[in-house]
Parts: sequence; structure tokens; C-alpha cells
Amino acid sequence: METAIEVIGLVTHYGDREILKGISISIPRGMTTVILGGSGCGKSTLLKHLIGLLKPTRGKILVNGKDITLMNEEELNEVRKKTGVLFQGAALLNSMTISDNVALPMREHTRLKESTMQIMVRMKLDLVGLSGFEDFYPSQLSGGMKKRAGLARAMAMDPEFLFFDEPSAGLDPITAAGLDELILKLKNVFKMTIVVVTHELQSVFTIADYVIMLDAGEVIFSGILDELRASDNPRIRMFLERKPEKEKYSPEDYFKIIAGD
Amino acid sequence: MPSIAEGIFNLIGRRTIPIRKNIHDASKIINDTFYWAFISPFKGKPIRLKASISEMVKAGYNSVPIVAIISLFMGIILALQSAYQLKKVGALIYVANLVGVSITRELGPIITAIIVSGRSGSAFAAEIGSMKAAEEVDALVSMGINPVRFIVVPKLIALMVMVPVLTVFSDCIGIFGGFILSTTILEIHPYNYFQQTMNALLVKDIITGLMKAWAFGVVITIIGSYQGFKVEGGAEEVGRRTTAAVVASIFMVIVFDLFFTTLFYYFT
Repeated sequence: METAIEVIGLVTHYGDREILKGISISIPRGMTTVILGGSGCGKSTLLKHLIGLLKPTRGKILVNGKDITLMNEEELNEVRKKTGVLFQGAALLNSMTISDNVALPMREHTRLKESTMQIMVRMKLDLVGLSGFEDFYPSQLSGGMKKRAGLARAMAMDPEFLFFDEPSAGLDPITAAGLDELILKLKNVFKMTIVVVTHELQSVFTIADYVIMLDAGEVIFSGILDELRASDNPRIRMFLERKPEKEKYSPEDYFKIIAGD
Repeated sequence: MPSIAEGIFNLIGRRTIPIRKNIHDASKIINDTFYWAFISPFKGKPIRLKASISEMVKAGYNSVPIVAIISLFMGIILALQSAYQLKKVGALIYVANLVGVSITRELGPIITAIIVSGRSGSAFAAEIGSMKAAEEVDALVSMGINPVRFIVVPKLIALMVMVPVLTVFSDCIGIFGGFILSTTILEIHPYNYFQQTMNALLVKDIITGLMKAWAFGVVITIIGSYQGFKVEGGAEEVGRRTTAAVVASIFMVIVFDLFFTTLFYYFT
């Protein structure tokens, strides 16, 4: 397994609060890696570090062997050109049509002719099943369609790495399954390194080759899917079996706490 | 138990650390805006011309009616107020001087700047704030596109051009308002009024007015964008920042006006 992205001893803070507590992980090349964890475990923060939106307090993030935490803005932009990101809410620019949104990275970073770009845009939109929606504005599309359009934009520069932030959040099961299928298709056709941040278990079992699980800012598991299923770590079992966290207090104690007596 | 001295230092720290951060953020946005507007175009990163033109339409062309009406009324009011005093000394004709000079030197630029603060300053803050809340700003960064270059620079170009243009327009309409009132109610002969205005106005008056207008355009853009980029949460904060943008830009417009007026008083 060749490593594409390696994180070593990543520590990060929001104000005084420590969010990631010395995370070390390796993300294998050409596979779909799922970063799994409950709400507030720091998985979205980790993703923001991987795409260079946040700078860590300590630690290294090696992308193809180069530490992105030490890069200046210009060097970082070179890495970003090889990276596609699908944000949770798709993050399409609302003032532009779908086709302008998809063409945006090409317009900014290449000197392609307008006609060539239009062909590329149509190809990308076709890939995600949105042909014919070129002239629509993001506000005219449904949630699932927006995500597909966001994916087309993330794919615009034929990236080496593709990141997804909660791809199935806010989608109905059918649309979410469709998006999972699209992720599988992309991996098989383009052999990209895909990183998906999610808490959606069903999605994990469909798309993941490799799983990293976070809990309260620490890595509690990393390995292939079968190892995850076989794990006997109590936190992982609770997550996989959808068991609620045990209440810390009995109802009487809890009442005493809120009543202040 | 902290001592009194510790308490005092704590208080000073708590009050000054956020201010230091705000100053840092503000200077960063000023620095970035000027870099991407004036230096990077010479390094092969051109300004987005199409976006600048569409911003000019939104900020400039669309505010023509409101600027026209307010300037016209301002001219009329000014003529009436000056006539109220001048007729006592039988110097009604000097209404033309007063209207011409005060509009071109002061009221034209400031009225225009206040209207633009209310229309565009708030719009900039709201637009950038909602983009920030919807992760659109993060998306731009992740595509390797600098958000200041992409969003702020076209707005800066638009206001640097359109605030002076609107000011010239406001000057003309304002003087026309004074002219209408003087020739009808005050019964000054139109030709005399025209001559008197031409004699009173110096090119210097108009130029200093336009220089102020240019600076106001820069101030409004920077403050609107700064407030927009400061949005961290959702809709409520967008609203709060939009209000702050309007208040702060009107305040800063007046501060800069004071500065420039003092400067021109001594150096022209």
C-alpha cells in the first residue's frame, strides 16, 4: 500500500480548546479512505487541515512527501490545483450558473479556449449525470443535484486527490446511495485517491477501502473494512451497533445538578 | 486568589487582545486588497474585468436615481437656507456661490458617499458574509483562488470609478437644484446665476471633491469586505455585520472627510 498523504503528530486548537490531539495517520494512494467518527470528534477539522484551509498548532502533513504546513500560499495553490473538494453544502457560487461554476477552476488556472472549456464542462456534468443543467443557477437545483454539480466542479481540473465532507448529509437515502455509487464509479474509472469524511455507516460499508476512526480528537482505529467489523474496541462497537452513550448521571443526580442543590 | 494587580492586567489583556486581532485582520485585508488590485496585475494575474463592470452597474448605475433625487433636494435646500441669510444683506446673488462651492467641495462627495455606504457597503458585507457562511469562500481557497482577488478587487475597482462619477453627477444635479429655486422663487435671472456660479467655482474645488470621492470609495469597499469576512456563524451574524458595515463606513467617511478637508485647507 503506497502512502499518498501522511499526517504526523497533528495537534490543533480552537482558542484554548485542543481539537486534534496528536493525530498520526497514512492515507493510501488510489483507494477510498473514510474518516469516521461522531459529531464533534474533529473529523471536519482534520479535513480542513488536509486541504490546507487551516494551519495546525504542531505536526506535519505530507502530501506526496512534501509538508504542506510549511508551504507558502503560492506553493500551496499548486497542491490545491491537484485537489478537488466537495463541501458539505456543495458551496457552489450562487451568483454564477452551473456551467460557470464548473468552468471556474479552468478559467483561473488554465489558458484553454472558451470552446474547449465548454466541452470539458459538458463532459464533467455528464459524468455526474447533470447534462442539460448548464444554464441553471445553484438555487434552482435540489440538494442532491447541487452536490453532483459541486462534484463536477471538484473534478474540473482532473485532480489527483478528491475530498468529500459529509457527502450524504441532508440527502434522502436514495439520493445518498446514488452519490455513493458515483464515488465508487469515480474511484474505479479515474483511480483517484479519495478521502471521505462521514458518520453515515451505510455509506462507509459501500465505499470504503480503508477506514480511519476518530474519537474525541484521537485516532482509535485505522485499517481495512474487515478489521473494523472485527474490532472489539468498545467505542467502535458502540458506533457500529448504534448504541447511545451511557448517561453519566442518574435522573435524580441530574435533577440535583440542574436544580443547583 | 489573584491580587489586584493581576486583576488589572487580566482586564487590560482581555480588552486589548481582541483589538489587536481586529487590527491584524483589518491590515491584512487592506494589504491583500491593494496587492491584488495594483501589484498582481503586473505579475500576470489580471483583474476580473467582467465582474468589475457588473459591480459598476450594481453600485453605480443603479444608484443614479437616488443620488439624483437627493442631490436635487440638497441643492434646493441649500439655496433656500442661504437665501434666508443673504437676503437680509441684499446679496441674494451670492446664493449661486454658496450652492456651487459647498456642493462641489463638500456636499456632493459626502452625500454620494453616504448613499453608496448604505447601498453598496451593506451589500458587500452581506454578500461576502453569506458566502463565508455557505463555505463558498473556503471553496474558492480550496480551488487555489484568492478570495480577496476574486470578490473584493472587482468591488474596489467599481467603487474607485463609480463614486467619483456619481459625485460629478451629484454636483451637477445639486447645482441645477439651486439654479431652479433661485430662478423661480428668488427671481434671480438665469444668466446671472449661471455666470455667478462659473465665476465662483474653481477647478481646484471640483478636483479636491473628486479626490475625496475616490478615497471614500476605497474606504467603503474595505470596510464592507472586512465586515463580510469577519462573519463566522450564520444568518444572524450576517445581519449584525451588515449593520456594522454601514455604521462604520459612514463614520469613516466623515473621519476621512475631516482629514482631507483639513489637508486641502492648508495645502491648496
